[in-house]
Amino acid sequence: MADPRLVNLTVNGRMVAVSVEPRRSLADCLRHDLRLTGTHIGCEHGICGACTVLVDGAAVRACLMLAVQVEGRAIATVEGLAGAAALGPLQESFRRHHALQCGFCTPGILMSAHALLSAEPKADRARVIEVLSGHLCRCTGYLPIVEAILDAREAYLCGAAEPAGKGK
Amino acid sequence: MKFPPFEFHRPGDLPEAVDLLLSYDGEALPLAGGQSLLPMMAFRLVAPKALIDLSAIPGLDGIELNGDSLRLGALVRWCDVLCSPVIANAHPLLVEAVRHVAHYQVRNRGTLGGSLAHADAAAEFPAICLVSDAMIDVVGRDGKRCIAARDFLLGAMETDLREGELVAAVRFPIWPAGRLWHFREFARRSGDFALAGVAMYCDPDRQAGVCRNWHIACFGLGEVAQRVDAVEAFLEAKPADTAHIREAVLIAQRHLVADGDIHAPAGYRKALATELLGRGLNEVFKAVAGGDG
Repeated sequence: MADPRLVNLTVNGRMVAVSVEPRRSLADCLRHDLRLTGTHIGCEHGICGACTVLVDGAAVRACLMLAVQVEGRAIATVEGLAGAAALGPLQESFRRHHALQCGFCTPGILMSAHALLSAEPKADRARVIEVLSGHLCRCTGYLPIVEAILDAREAYLCGAAEPAGKGK
Repeated sequence: MKFPPFEFHRPGDLPEAVDLLLSYDGEALPLAGGQSLLPMMAFRLVAPKALIDLSAIPGLDGIELNGDSLRLGALVRWCDVLCSPVIANAHPLLVEAVRHVAHYQVRNRGTLGGSLAHADAAAEFPAICLVSDAMIDVVGRDGKRCIAARDFLLGAMETDLREGELVAAVRFPIWPAGRLWHFREFARRSGDFALAGVAMYCDPDRQAGVCRNWHIACFGLGEVAQRVDAVEAFLEAKPADTAHIREAVLIAQRHLVADGDIHAPAGYRKALATELLGRGLNEVFKAVAGGDG
């Protein structure tokens, strides 16, 4: 078994150092080492999308990255989307549109949608569906999720949704 | 499943990476984007003693247009291809193909060098290299080698890479103005591995109403992407009409090799590939007649 390594990274704007074995996935590192259990683990081979987080602003599968690969990178997780007291605009929109039931897939979908709208706040329905195709949801049938993301665009257009993961 | 244990190295240049790979006597693997390798490790299809992370090696992510070629570094990611104005002009067929690679989230990590070295039968990028007569630059113990895509891709997950060799870059010939192209694949869901696909291009001679320099490849149906040389030769300078499309499809049926698996039987995959080929030729011929493209 390989020796643990110290990895320095920024998570939701906070600098942290964590000691991990090379085999530790970023998803497991976030959940077990940093106790950020908002990032869910479904399939552990890159299909379901539940573990999606942002690495330097780009949506990626946290189960298909090693923790040792994020040295010096800025990570954003679902915990960074909301303020201390209130939900973020994307989360508000999901609530308004009943875009979740069991909620297992929701953190990953929120992060993909956040990355998309931060880069492309005018994304059309086809683009939203394309990005959403990287996620499995077994409850909703996807339609309320599409509506929720489309409805959240305005907040991103007027800059009300601060992009997360731009570590200081 | 969790990954099996391995040692981890992050070399700072290519010679160091090659030395590290060789030092494990074939039991280390290079790690690029990890979007195919890590799932394979999760399933224990591979369990390398060490991963050699290539991300700290400078100069592997370049997109350069030189006099006679478009050179893409091995660590260029799919998302880089999709947002590059240089590639949009220099290889529009590549851009269209990359739109079909996996999903948005995977395209933010996956690299073209990784795809090529992995050599999945259904992967778009090896097929585009094959159809475009791309040259693969590899680096190993004895220095550099250049390999034609046709000689590089040997079978399902099988390439001409020798022990300790790494893909450094891929070079595509310059794309002339006015070239016509077509890309189409069929997968059961968006982002799935294609059951079959086709990529083609040709250079139209609009006054004569014909196309020359046909390049056609089918992928996803057999062990490895296939150039259909017989169809290319048949179509050379043929008038753009439906009789020639029908004949081309018949020739393709005789030459393409298909395999079946749990997703689709061989006969279905071949029928799908030849249907996509026929539709593609129809589109290209329409563009010759219509003068667009």
